[in-house]
Amino acid sequence: MIEILSASALATVQDLGRIGALQWGVGTSGAMDPLALAAGNLLLGNDEGAAAIEVPVFPFDVRFTGDCAFALTGADCAARLDGTPLLPWWTHRARAGQTLQLGLPQPGHWRASRAYLCVAGGIDVPEVLGSRSTQLRGAFGGHEGRALRQGDRLGTVALGHEQVATGFGLVPPALALPLQVDGVAAMRVLPAAEYALFTDTSQQVFWREEWKITAQSDRYGYRLAGTPLEPKAAIEMRSHGIVPGVIQVPSGGQPIVQMRDAQPSGGYPKIGTVIEADLWRLGQAPIGSRIRFIETSWEEAVAALEQSRRWLAEARRLVNLQRG
Amino acid sequence: MNADTPSISELGTSALLFEAPGDMTLRAQQRIWALAKEVARWTEVREAVPGMNNLLVSLARPPIHCADLEARLHAAWDAVEALALKGRLVELPVVYGGEHGPHLADVVAHTGLSVDEIVERHSAPVYTVYALGSHPGYCYLGGMDPRIATPRRKVPVLSIPGGAVSIGGSQTGVSASDGPSGWNTIGSTTMHFFDPTQDPPALLQPGDSIRFRVEKVIR
Repeated sequence: MIEILSASALATVQDLGRIGALQWGVGTSGAMDPLALAAGNLLLGNDEGAAAIEVPVFPFDVRFTGDCAFALTGADCAARLDGTPLLPWWTHRARAGQTLQLGLPQPGHWRASRAYLCVAGGIDVPEVLGSRSTQLRGAFGGHEGRALRQGDRLGTVALGHEQVATGFGLVPPALALPLQVDGVAAMRVLPAAEYALFTDTSQQVFWREEWKITAQSDRYGYRLAGTPLEPKAAIEMRSHGIVPGVIQVPSGGQPIVQMRDAQPSGGYPKIGTVIEADLWRLGQAPIGSRIRFIETSWEEAVAALEQSRRWLAEARRLVNLQRG
Repeated sequence: MNADTPSISELGTSALLFEAPGDMTLRAQQRIWALAKEVARWTEVREAVPGMNNLLVSLARPPIHCADLEARLHAAWDAVEALALKGRLVELPVVYGGEHGPHLADVVAHTGLSVDEIVERHSAPVYTVYALGSHPGYCYLGGMDPRIATPRRKVPVLSIPGGAVSIGGSQTGVSASDGPSGWNTIGSTTMHFFDPTQDPPALLQPGDSIRFRVEKVIR
């Protein structure tokens, strides 16, 4: 059991997302950094898609109301258990009554913005339409369909076995699978339907310039700031399905990248899509930081997804060695 | 958009977007429904979700090359017959204008029609649910009188309430829950469109129909 001690948190319960509900207008939700959530679960011997707490705002404090094995992944936020420093990307053990404090994400070359608190068994909230992720717009899923508040108590799914091994960790994917251009965090993008309708200059600007992640960025979308992108002529669109990663360009010319809570349909011109394999990088890019886009192809994007799968498979192998 | 031949584009490797050629029509939408039914059976497809004369094909696992999948989509489109789904007709009582229809005046200003003319034209048709999207339970409707079409707002409204009846370009719809919108809100209804504990969770499906009944007009 976990009790939330922090007020005004934007933390939510997430898993790997709600699959198969687009037909009812329900977007996927799910972890902004699915690799971190899956890795945290692997470390504990959970299913990769067990529910965890995604923390985007710090400091964030919880109290364990029962003995519990847990893992911290995502941002390194100088965590402390009753004051004792904890390693990031590592498994730990808490006793009933202990307080876990997540501090500010640490600066450095893999500074990230969201931490994941995974617990042995996973967070026990009801599955709604096949997922435990919080659907904020629909106000269902997760814990009572909303972000966590001070005083909320969350249970964990009962384990089928006694003890979970702790005291080991993983090298974060930000170090194992780095991707930068000129020292700036980068994401690979596949051009989308309306790419060719933007001016040649705007196409070049899109790839060559840096984009700043503005303060109006959240789980719904990342609003970027840079040189405005202009279509050759006004583009009239019909409403159509979209996916997280799609980069829409409204008439002001400042792109918006759809993130995990984005609505599943849209009507703005799409210049490209951040590929699935790189969405976690964007999900971890801090507000105020700058990013670059790298043009990619379908084949390269599929290979990148395979590379993420291999990283997770290798993580599973290493964890199994530790767990004996 | 309105090319002579269908277009297929990539949304990363998570999905393909199939767009039907020509003007937006019910007949083209019926072919989209038929295509959705066919494509949903393919092993690499996770979900086939109709939009407005287009289809999102979400992929369970992307193939190494997508040319073959695109070719099969084109062939399937050529082969499908229009699927005339016969759904239910749901009547929605609407209060037009006033506090819950704050942009009715903008539709008046844009179209040059009177409030009564707009209400009459908006409530006259039986609208077919073409597709679901945007947010849980939201229906995209076809069949609005083009004379009341009004462009989306330059600055989206931060939150419009569930039940808001609105016009965006040549489309109309009803919000299923509170949320941001760039459309012009002209009225409101009290119907509930979504309940995650029900199966199916959405009140309406593609092929169902809506009629707006004028409950009241606030001028």
